[in-house]
Amino acid sequence: MRIEVNGEMQEVTAATVAEALTQLGWGEAKVATALNGEFLPAAARAGQALQDGDRLEVLAPMQGG
Amino acid sequence: MRDFYGVTLDSPLMLGTAQYPSPAVMEAAFRASGASVATVSLRRETGGGQAFWRMIRGLGVHMLPNTAGCYSAREAVTTARMAREVFETNWIKLEVIGHADTLQPDPFGTLDAAETLSAEGFEVFPYMTEDQVLAQRLVDAGCRVLMPWGAPIGSGLGLNNRYGLKTLRAAFPDIPMVVDAGLGLPSHAADAMEMGFDAVLLNTAVAQAGDPAAMAEAFGLAARAGALAAKADPMAPRDMAVPSTPVIGKAWL
Repeated sequence: MRIEVNGEMQEVTAATVAEALTQLGWGEAKVATALNGEFLPAAARAGQALQDGDRLEVLAPMQGG
Repeated sequence: MRDFYGVTLDSPLMLGTAQYPSPAVMEAAFRASGASVATVSLRRETGGGQAFWRMIRGLGVHMLPNTAGCYSAREAVTTARMAREVFETNWIKLEVIGHADTLQPDPFGTLDAAETLSAEGFEVFPYMTEDQVLAQRLVDAGCRVLMPWGAPIGSGLGLNNRYGLKTLRAAFPDIPMVVDAGLGLPSHAADAMEMGFDAVLLNTAVAQAGDPAAMAEAFGLAARAGALAAKADPMAPRDMAVPSTPVIGKAWL
């Protein structure tokens, strides 16, 4: 299926958000996720099924003022 | 001393982590400043996030994640929830921006988000104007720290409305307050601290200085000097001269 990851369309075979993160190379990374504009806690990623067209945001610690 | 949600800070300087020429310069600036708090953000992971995370943890300072760039309460609340998980802190520097040119906070969105976040157990540091009515509303919403601006973010103009800041400080004697944004020089930081503020938060003035580490040290010293002066109960200014050397005993020449 195709989902949008950080603004870019990606083809994934993952069934859940947790699997998608592993596929995208962020399995162990310190990131926070939002699915379709709503915060998705890390603990809920494995149980969160993905649907075609989902919008996933993967955010990491960054410089800020 | 007023604390920040139960945390007493070693230094009244809070320093941003953005806009430095390099990560090494940022690290040097932090060490030189003695800052006790680092502001951080969340952005789309493009590769640098993990290294930044390791470095920032190595600084051994309190982390204050922000919601910079959010223009609505909804965006800010979602960002705050994500930041709490990543940075493992209930502290959040709440920024809901209302105007793209002035980066002036949106008071209505800020209040709306502060209410939601406080109810969820966040410890909110709201970036606000010096408006006293807004301050009261934010306190009513559960904020136990207020962060009035000195001047627009990144402007370096200093304390644009000293009267407003003084009035705000006097109106909420029990609320810890941080002057956040707009500081350009260490004297601005000292001025804010002398007025009785509990900390200053800045980024651009240090990061964009020719020698960020030296400027960071200068801001650290100025903030401490101002804090010490405030505690020492400054004299009241007066219009007339008063000789400091005793007049009695002066020779008749």
